[in-house]
Amino acid sequence: MAKYLLLKHYRGAPSAVNDVPMDRWTPEEITAHMKYMNDFAARLEKSGEFVDAQALAPEGTFVQYDGEGRPPVTDGPFAETKDLIAGWMVIDVDSYERAVELAGELSAAPGAGGKPIHEWLELRPFLTAMPTITE
Amino acid sequence: MNEALLRSLTPSVLGILVRRGADFAAAEDAVQDALVEAVRVWPADPPRDPKGWLITAAWRKFLDATRAETARRRREDLVDEEPAPGPAPSADDTLQLCFLCAHPSLTPSSAVALTLRAVGGLTTRQIARAYLVPEATMAQRISRAKRTVSGVRFDRPGDVATVLRVLYLVFNEGYSGDVDLAAEAIRLTRQLAAAIDHPEVSGLLALMLLHHARRAGRTASDGSLVPLAEQDRTRWDTGSIAEGVEILQAALARDRLGEFQAQAAIAALHADAPTAEETDWVQIVEWYDELAGLTDNPVVRLNRAVAIGEADGPRAGLAALATLDDSLPRHTAAAAYLHERAGDLTTAARLYAEAAGKAPTLPERDHLTRRAARLNAR
Repeated sequence: MAKYLLLKHYRGAPSAVNDVPMDRWTPEEITAHMKYMNDFAARLEKSGEFVDAQALAPEGTFVQYDGEGRPPVTDGPFAETKDLIAGWMVIDVDSYERAVELAGELSAAPGAGGKPIHEWLELRPFLTAMPTITE
Repeated sequence: MNEALLRSLTPSVLGILVRRGADFAAAEDAVQDALVEAVRVWPADPPRDPKGWLITAAWRKFLDATRAETARRRREDLVDEEPAPGPAPSADDTLQLCFLCAHPSLTPSSAVALTLRAVGGLTTRQIARAYLVPEATMAQRISRAKRTVSGVRFDRPGDVATVLRVLYLVFNEGYSGDVDLAAEAIRLTRQLAAAIDHPEVSGLLALMLLHHARRAGRTASDGSLVPLAEQDRTRWDTGSIAEGVEILQAALARDRLGEFQAQAAIAALHADAPTAEETDWVQIVEWYDELAGLTDNPVVRLNRAVAIGEADGPRAGLAALATLDDSLPRHTAAAAYLHERAGDLTTAARLYAEAAGKAPTLPERDHLTRRAARLNAR
């Protein structure tokens, strides 16, 4: 019973094995990829381990407080940002081992040529509430 | 409408349906439907015999559902077999149901969810909110769990240790969400203690009561964590402590020591001390020694090292800590604390900051960060 974030990067993760940009895939390959992702989420719902999945637009804005009574300053997007998050899935599982197993399956999503992308996904545990018994 | 009464009746009504031959999953659905009807009907028309009413309603729901399916023959067999309605030994039914919901074929999270729903009578939505997952996910988790155990025979004695582990997990989940899981775990453990005479059930109940008693003192008004030594002991619930101690003493007198009794004994020694300085750390170390003999959980040895630090001085505590794997959760936090006690504040500050980075919970991370900041600001 622990929640983990599976983080998918546009940039910032080590290169995947099957590292062909999506716009060079065939439409059928894209469809197959989407289907794999949807089926994966549906399977997690059925197993009672799904919490959330979201995709993010690649371009964002940086926002900063600019002092009392002034509107916030905005900047960006910065094309050179090293780490760029593409989206995430949140799972609720019994163990770290199960979380690794699921991340491995998600990383096997098919890409160019219908072959697994072998994409690096980042697995991050949630900080939890305080357990009642500590001593 | 007495929700507490309804929920206390849930497990025995469910047990009776299963005993009459209903498949567990179908029986559980039928009882939920009957509870919904009770909530609707009872305020205007309260039954004289609430349990009898629920059994009749749930059995009717079950038959309706069975009828709606194609298993006509099976249903007719069941109707033929239906025993005359009457009081059944409810303690026994509750116990059997606890065994089923904690069955070893279930994963811990499934066993917890099924126990809260079938024994606790909580709705799927309440359980989902307590564990911060979508309701659809929790519904699937519960229905999978029901399928997993639906083939399990209901007439064999189970292992009470599995039930205790599940209740411990529920209790230890903490206080988040709108369902008070700690209070719910105490209620279910009381129910179990009424159904079976076992010193470890008493041990767990005592442990829960003793920790629950300190609840108000554990958190400051801003939500931050207050360590045991700094807690305002006047905020502890003395009634709960007295009950926990009494239950524990009766259990220990039976001379069948187990892990939960030993943990409760440690909690009782903390609860007994009028001030942190008056804590009987020597006895606490002895109980940790007992506990280490009962379980190979490394957390016990870590806590023992901290207790040695209080009983024999921080250097002795650090020596005990040095024999343990430093990748253990909270190892760095314990080292930071012992270094602070030993007067090595620079090392303590560094270790507190390091421990904050490794903290598994948000309140601990904030607490450790504050400790580091306080030492760095001196």
